[in-house]
Amino acid sequence: MVSPNTPETPGGAKSASGAPRSINDVVIRLAGNSQDGIQAVGGFLARLAGRSDQDVMTYMTIPATISGGPSIFQVRMGNGEILSAGDRADMLVAFYQHSYESHIGSLRPGGVLLYDSDHVTPKADDNRFTNVACPMTSATVEAVGGTAKDKGKNIFILGLLARVFDLDVQKLAALIKERFGGKSEDIVRNAMLAFDAGYAWPQNNLRDLFFRFEAVDRAANASGRPQVTLDGNTALAYGLLAGGVRHGAGYPITPWSSIMETLRTELPKYGGVFVQCEDEIASISTAIGFSYTGQLAITGSSGPGLSLKMEALGWATMAEMPLIVVNVQRGGPSTGMPTNVEQSDLMQAIYGSHGDTPRVVLAPKNVEDCFYIALEAARIAREYSTPVIILTDQGLSSRIEVFDEPDLAKLMVDPKPDLSPRGTDFKPYPLDRHTRHAPAGAKIETGKYPTVTGLEHDELGHPSGSPVMHQKMTIKRRDKIKALGASLPPPELTGDSGGEVLLVTWGSAWGPGREAIGRVRTAGVKAGHLHLRHLHPMPNGLEETFKRYHRVVVAELNDEGLYGYGQFAMMLRARYANPSIVSITKTDGLTFKVGEIVTGISVHLESKNIDSSFGAAAQSNLAAAR
Amino acid sequence: MSSAATATPPPAPAGAPLSKKVLVADHPTWCPGCGDFAVLASFYRVLEKLNYPHEKIVTFAGIGCSSRFPYFVNTHGGHFIHGRALPFAAGISLGNDDLHVFVFGGDGDGFSIGGNHLVHTARKNVNLTYVIMDNSVYGLTKKQTSPTSPVGFKSKTDPWGAFDQPVNPMRTLLNSGATFVARSHATQVNHMTDLMLRAAKHDGFSVVEILSECVEFYDGAFDGANPRKGGVWTMIEEKKNDGTPEDANRHDVTDEVAAFKLAQQAWPGSFGVFYENKTRLTKNKLEANLIAKTRERTKNASDLQLLQATFAKLR
Repeated sequence: MVSPNTPETPGGAKSASGAPRSINDVVIRLAGNSQDGIQAVGGFLARLAGRSDQDVMTYMTIPATISGGPSIFQVRMGNGEILSAGDRADMLVAFYQHSYESHIGSLRPGGVLLYDSDHVTPKADDNRFTNVACPMTSATVEAVGGTAKDKGKNIFILGLLARVFDLDVQKLAALIKERFGGKSEDIVRNAMLAFDAGYAWPQNNLRDLFFRFEAVDRAANASGRPQVTLDGNTALAYGLLAGGVRHGAGYPITPWSSIMETLRTELPKYGGVFVQCEDEIASISTAIGFSYTGQLAITGSSGPGLSLKMEALGWATMAEMPLIVVNVQRGGPSTGMPTNVEQSDLMQAIYGSHGDTPRVVLAPKNVEDCFYIALEAARIAREYSTPVIILTDQGLSSRIEVFDEPDLAKLMVDPKPDLSPRGTDFKPYPLDRHTRHAPAGAKIETGKYPTVTGLEHDELGHPSGSPVMHQKMTIKRRDKIKALGASLPPPELTGDSGGEVLLVTWGSAWGPGREAIGRVRTAGVKAGHLHLRHLHPMPNGLEETFKRYHRVVVAELNDEGLYGYGQFAMMLRARYANPSIVSITKTDGLTFKVGEIVTGISVHLESKNIDSSFGAAAQSNLAAAR
Repeated sequence: MSSAATATPPPAPAGAPLSKKVLVADHPTWCPGCGDFAVLASFYRVLEKLNYPHEKIVTFAGIGCSSRFPYFVNTHGGHFIHGRALPFAAGISLGNDDLHVFVFGGDGDGFSIGGNHLVHTARKNVNLTYVIMDNSVYGLTKKQTSPTSPVGFKSKTDPWGAFDQPVNPMRTLLNSGATFVARSHATQVNHMTDLMLRAAKHDGFSVVEILSECVEFYDGAFDGANPRKGGVWTMIEEKKNDGTPEDANRHDVTDEVAAFKLAQQAWPGSFGVFYENKTRLTKNKLEANLIAKTRERTKNASDLQLLQATFAKLR
C-alpha cells in the first residue's frame, strides 16, 4: 500500500527492506474529530513513553464546541530531553478529508501520511510524502463487529502505531486494561480486538515503514525516580495539594475548569473544601474568606474571569491576605480564543486592580514546573502574607509530559492553621515586619481583636485617613515584595554566558526557546538563554547578565502593542532602560515553533541570517534515518 | 481616628462572661440619630446572651454606612468590598466550622450589588447570620435611590421621584431559599434583640432585615411602622400548637406559602419571623459528610500516602 511516489529522503540512508530502522525521536500528529478518542491514543502513547524512560511532549487542541468538531493531538516521543512538541510532524494520521486538508501542511516533506481510505482521498499530484492508505473505519468495524460501529478506530490506530514503531505491546495492553478496566469486560475485549487488528495490519500492508527507538541507557534517568505522565493543570492541582492548600473556590471557564474539577474531587480526601461559586467575584471572595481562617486558599480562572476578580484582589493586597490565584491564560481579549494559547495577561497580573497593588506573579515553564510553581506560590503567599498569581496557559494546561515523580515525603507541607493565642505584642499590620494575621479563632491575649480591612489602616487595623500612614503602609506593602525579589535565586541561564544574543523567555516559551538557542548556537552564534519563573518581583542582578550580550531578545506570546514591545519586554525595558532589549511576539493562538524563535533572533541580529530550519533535521531523527 | 481607636480595653478574665465592656471597640462614626446605633446596642446584648468564646466570634461587613459595624465590635472581623461580604463570610464559615459568623450590611450591599450572592448563599444554606440594616437610601454616598427606595422617593438620582419597582426583601429572601427569614425595626430594641438571637442560634443561613432609619437622607422613612410616630406596629404571632381556637389564626413559621402571603402585605406589613426551616442540612454539614464518607473510603490515609498513591497511578 505504500505510495509508488518516491518520498524525499533528506539525509540518512535507507535500511534494508523490512528491517526496522533506528530513530530516537518522532513527532506524530493525529487529526480527527473530538469524539474519536484521539486524546486517548495520545494519552496512551505519552504514558507508554513515560513507562519506557522516554521523554514525551504533547500538543493538543480541543474545539470549544460542545460536541464534535475537529480535534488534534500531537505527540513527540523520543530519547533525551524533549523541549517542544515539534515544529512539523513526521507522521500525520488523518481520519477525515478535513483532517487531511487542514493538517497536511504540518507534515514535513518526506514524512508519512497515514490516512483512512474510507474517508480520505489525498491529492493525486502531491508526491511530497509517503502516503499510506489504510481502511481504518472498515477494518475496525470488521475486527470489533457487533453494534460498536467504528468506535475503537482510535485503538486500531494505536495498535498500528505500536507495530510501526515497535512499541512495547505488553505495556500498552496493560495501559488499555487500566483505562477501561472499570467498565464492562466487553469494552476491554473490544478494545483489545481493535488493537490486535491494528497491530496485525502493517505486516501485510507496509513494506519498509518499520522503526525502532534506539535503546536507552537506563542510567540516563539520573534521579532514579519513577517517571510520571500528566498534564499541566493536573500537575498544578497536585502541587497545591503538596503545598498544603486544602481550600479553594472557583467558577467554570475554559481552560481553568479542570483544575477546579480536580480539586473538588481530591480535596475531600484531604479533609478540605472546594466551593463552586455563583460567579468569579464570589469565588475569589470565598477563597480570601478561607485564607482569613488561616487556611491558605486558591481561586483561579482564565483571562475574562481574572478581570472580574480584580477588585477583590486589590482588597487582598490592601488587607495583606495570603492567597493563590491561578490564571490559565487563553487568547484574549474578551471571550477571544478560549481554546488557544496566549501570554497576554502579564500586565493584568502585575498591574490589574486599582491603586498601587504590589503582588507576586509566577509562571511555570513546563508541566513538571506547574507542580513546583504551585509549591513555590504557597510558600511565598504564607511567608509574605500576599496574593500570588500563577500565570500558566492553555498550552500547558492540556499538554501531557513525562517527568520524575516528585519526592513527596520531602515536599509535603502541613496545612494546619496556627490558631495559637497571640501575645501582647500582636499587631495585624506592623510597620516594622511582615504581616502575620491572627486567623479568626485565635485568642488575642490583650483582648483587643483585630480587624482586617480594605480601608487604609493603622498598625492595629483601624481605619486611618492620615496621609502619613497611607504613605507608610504603601511603602510597607511595596517593600515586602521587594524583599522577596532580593531573596530570589538567579534565574536559569543556559548556553553561552555572553555573546551576541541573549534569549529571554517566561512561561511555556521555555521549551521552544531552549531548543531554538541550541539551533542558534549550532549555527555558530554565541548565544545564551535566560528563563524567568518569577516575573514580579523579578530576581535582582539581571542588568549584569544583559550587559554581556549584544542583543537581548524577549520571546513571548502576546502582541507588540503600540510601542513595538511585548509585555515582558516592556517590563524589562522599563526596569533596566536598556535599548538592546527587543521583542519577538506573535498572537496566532499557537505555541512558539522553534523555527519562529530562530527566525526572530536572526532578524534582530541583522548581520547574521540563520536559516530557520537550521538544525531542524536533528529535531527528527526519523528524517535522518530515512 | 479618635483616641478610642488605640486604647486597649482590659482583657476579660478567663471564664468571665462576655460583657458589653469588652465588646465595645471604636466609637461609631454614624450620624447622631441614626437607627444603626440601636442595632449595635442590640447586638452587644445578643453577644452577651450567647456568651460564645470571644475568639470564635467573627463580625464582617461589606461597604456602606452600616458596614462600618465591625469596627465598633471588638471581635475578630473585618470590612470587605461592596456587596461581597456574603461569599467572604461563606469562606470563613466553611473554613472553620467552630466560628460564629455574623455579617452586617445595608440594602445596597444586600439587594443591589450583592443581590446575586444573597441568592446563592441562601440557596446553599451556609451557616451564618446576616443582618441587613435597610434604610432605603444610599447614605454613605449622600442620597441616591436604593433598591428598596419606594416609588416616588426623591433622591439625587431621581429628583422627580423614583419610578423603578423596589425589591421586596422578604419575598426575595424566601424565594432564595434562606432557612431563617425575619424582619424587625430599629426602634423596637427588644424585638430586634430577640430575632437576632434566634437567627444566631439557627443552624443555617439566617437573615434579619432591620428597618433602620437614615435621619440625614431619608428622615421618617419607617414612621409608618412606628406607633410613636403615628404608625402601625404589627407583630407576627407565631403558632404555638396549643390546640386553642386562636392558634388556628397564628402564623406557622414552617409554612413557606404562609410566609409568602405575609411578604405580600401592603406597607408597612408585619414584623417577626416569617419563615424557619430546621430540617434542611447546611452546606457546612453536607461538606463535612462528604469529607467523612471520602475519608472512610480512603481508610483515613495520611495526606502523604494519598498523594503518593495518586502519583503511583500516573507512572
